[in-house]
Amino acid sequence: MNPRSRQGLQCPIPKSDYKNVLLAHGGGGKLTKQLIDQMFFPSFENVFLRQGHDGSILPAIEGKLAMTTDSFVVDPIFFPGGDIGELAVNGTVNDLTCCGAEALYISLAFILEEGFLLDDLWKIVQSIALSAAHAGIKIVTGDTKVVEKGKGDKIYINTTGIGRILPGLDIAPQHCRDGDAVIINGTIGDHGMAILTEREGLTFESTIESDTAALNHMMLDVFRKKPGIHVVRDPTRGGVASALNEICLSSGTGIRLIEERLPINDGVRGACEVMGLDPLYVANEGKVLVILPENEADEVLSIMRAHQVGSQSRIIGRVNGKHPGILHMQTTIGSTRIVDMISGEQLPRIC
Amino acid sequence: MLKHLDEYRDKKLVEKLVRSIESTLTRAWTIMEICGGQTHAIMRYNLLELLPEKISLIHGPGCPVCVTPIELIDQAVELGKQTDVILVSFGDMMRVPGSQEDLLSVKALGGEVKMVYAPLDALEIAEKNPEKEVVFFGVGFETTAPAVALAVKQAQTRGLENFSVLVSHVLVPPAIKALLDDNQNRIDGFLAAGHVCTVMGTAEYLSLAASYQIPIVVTGFEPVDILLGIQKCIAMLEQDRTGVENAYPRSVKPEGNPAARKLLNEVFTPVDRRWRGIGSIPRSGLKFSEVYQKYDASARFTLAHAEADEPEICLAGEILTGRKKPPDCPAFGSPCTPDHPLGAPMVSSEGACAAYYRYHKTDPS
Repeated sequence: MNPRSRQGLQCPIPKSDYKNVLLAHGGGGKLTKQLIDQMFFPSFENVFLRQGHDGSILPAIEGKLAMTTDSFVVDPIFFPGGDIGELAVNGTVNDLTCCGAEALYISLAFILEEGFLLDDLWKIVQSIALSAAHAGIKIVTGDTKVVEKGKGDKIYINTTGIGRILPGLDIAPQHCRDGDAVIINGTIGDHGMAILTEREGLTFESTIESDTAALNHMMLDVFRKKPGIHVVRDPTRGGVASALNEICLSSGTGIRLIEERLPINDGVRGACEVMGLDPLYVANEGKVLVILPENEADEVLSIMRAHQVGSQSRIIGRVNGKHPGILHMQTTIGSTRIVDMISGEQLPRIC
Repeated sequence: MLKHLDEYRDKKLVEKLVRSIESTLTRAWTIMEICGGQTHAIMRYNLLELLPEKISLIHGPGCPVCVTPIELIDQAVELGKQTDVILVSFGDMMRVPGSQEDLLSVKALGGEVKMVYAPLDALEIAEKNPEKEVVFFGVGFETTAPAVALAVKQAQTRGLENFSVLVSHVLVPPAIKALLDDNQNRIDGFLAAGHVCTVMGTAEYLSLAASYQIPIVVTGFEPVDILLGIQKCIAMLEQDRTGVENAYPRSVKPEGNPAARKLLNEVFTPVDRRWRGIGSIPRSGLKFSEVYQKYDASARFTLAHAEADEPEICLAGEILTGRKKPPDCPAFGSPCTPDHPLGAPMVSSEGACAAYYRYHKTDPS
């Protein structure tokens, strides 16, 4: 969690007659209006939101647009390093960023479970407001529905994001070329293991924190200074292995990872060892994979490292035409193996 | 812990061991690693790429998920579907195909199937759900059986009447004996499973090695451990020595873990058991001893006991006994993949087929 969000949580919740979400909060009547007027409008303040239409009327945008949608159902909703609200904003911003777009607008649709604590909703709304402000994206429209107790799980958030593609960029997996460098901006598996250890009540020497972060400022800096990069992808669900496998499959090129170059926090490594999981397949929420010509790698690395979210950026592998379509890895002991697309979820081992 | 682990994944040590193995080797040898965890590590680190071609590693039946008979999976599925039952299982078992479906499908259709990391977690579930019968699917070798034994003892102490276990525990030494009794076997030496020996000690292996005049090396699970096991085994073979050597002394003591063994002996008793793909092996499984019989789910519930058919094309039996390697199977890779496994060795993370497919797709050597 970034320091801004911590300050945000100190804002007091507006007074309400109820402590919990009622079905009527999603009914479109007085309670819905109260929620919008007291909670959403003041927190997400902007001219588009205040238009009062059924939707939002946005100004003309020059150039190509990027649009993305995502749903957030994480359990627990508050976890070390962040919460579902921060995750929703950062996740949407990062998807737009990976298209080569400047993130401009976001919609928010809440599906709340009857009985959900309004206090918790307030915390999440504050977190959303701060994350959106930090990323520079405007929340322009939204919706709230309430489902009966037991028909949902506290809170689900759906978002849609719109961004403007930066001129001169052409990012696509097919642009991978033999010899390209593969960069990541920091440690892998933090988000997935933060959620898993929290959910299972497992404690290790130090708490594993989610890496949730908006990557747009760092990547816009890269896009503007080095528009010739080939591929950008955020390794969220399925982790680095799945994201790179998808790139290998759609580009038809191979990628060779170097195991000892993979940045992994000790906490994540330890938890993965204990639970029989491979950090390469564990979700990230503040990481980006950048594939670019080798001769531009040093400059891009220094641009990325100048940003807090990229301070640990490094090369973890190279595009390698010898094994078309296959992600493979030089192991720590010098041998080679495939890093396959995972089948379903990683399941913990018996022994 | 990590620094400790890194020592056993050290490139220089690996190279040194490989050189040492190469220098001793005068002819071809076939070594079987018993444990699926070792198979997995061999594939993950692709030790076959580093080892001399004269050494053939074949993969044993030490994957508890793989050898659990299909009818027991069917029984677990049946229990998972019952509205008054919560079926609790280790994660590995969730995707293992029964004759019709797996536990994940049962869960998707509303069956109460929960995944835990330790058998004691199942007791917590039983305590919190007194109106339900909580059945733990007890799968594993001598390594996991003591934890199940402990859970049952605690259930007794806590007076938990709604807890029982569907027992599918199996024992390693009878399986080694069955492999060696097959005169088609081509095993020159064994790497025994370090974790099993950590619990059971080495006594049973001494008598096996003496009866069958074969070297057995107790071996760990990291690349350096496995190469050390192979080095010792090759040295014994080249010097025409038999017996048991310990290449995993940081974990295994000759006497094992007496407390865990006592627990096992108190709660369980050996029984003939069918191994998936292999068939029945005398006294190779565990059942509850008389005092603890009331915790036996197969006695508490009326369950079908029909032996189910395996897909004909699947060579699981020959894979699990080391007679064939996964790429030798006509179904390997197509149609049998981790997404559509025809047999358990393709679904479990410790199954030989899954290890080959995941890390190499084809024969890595």
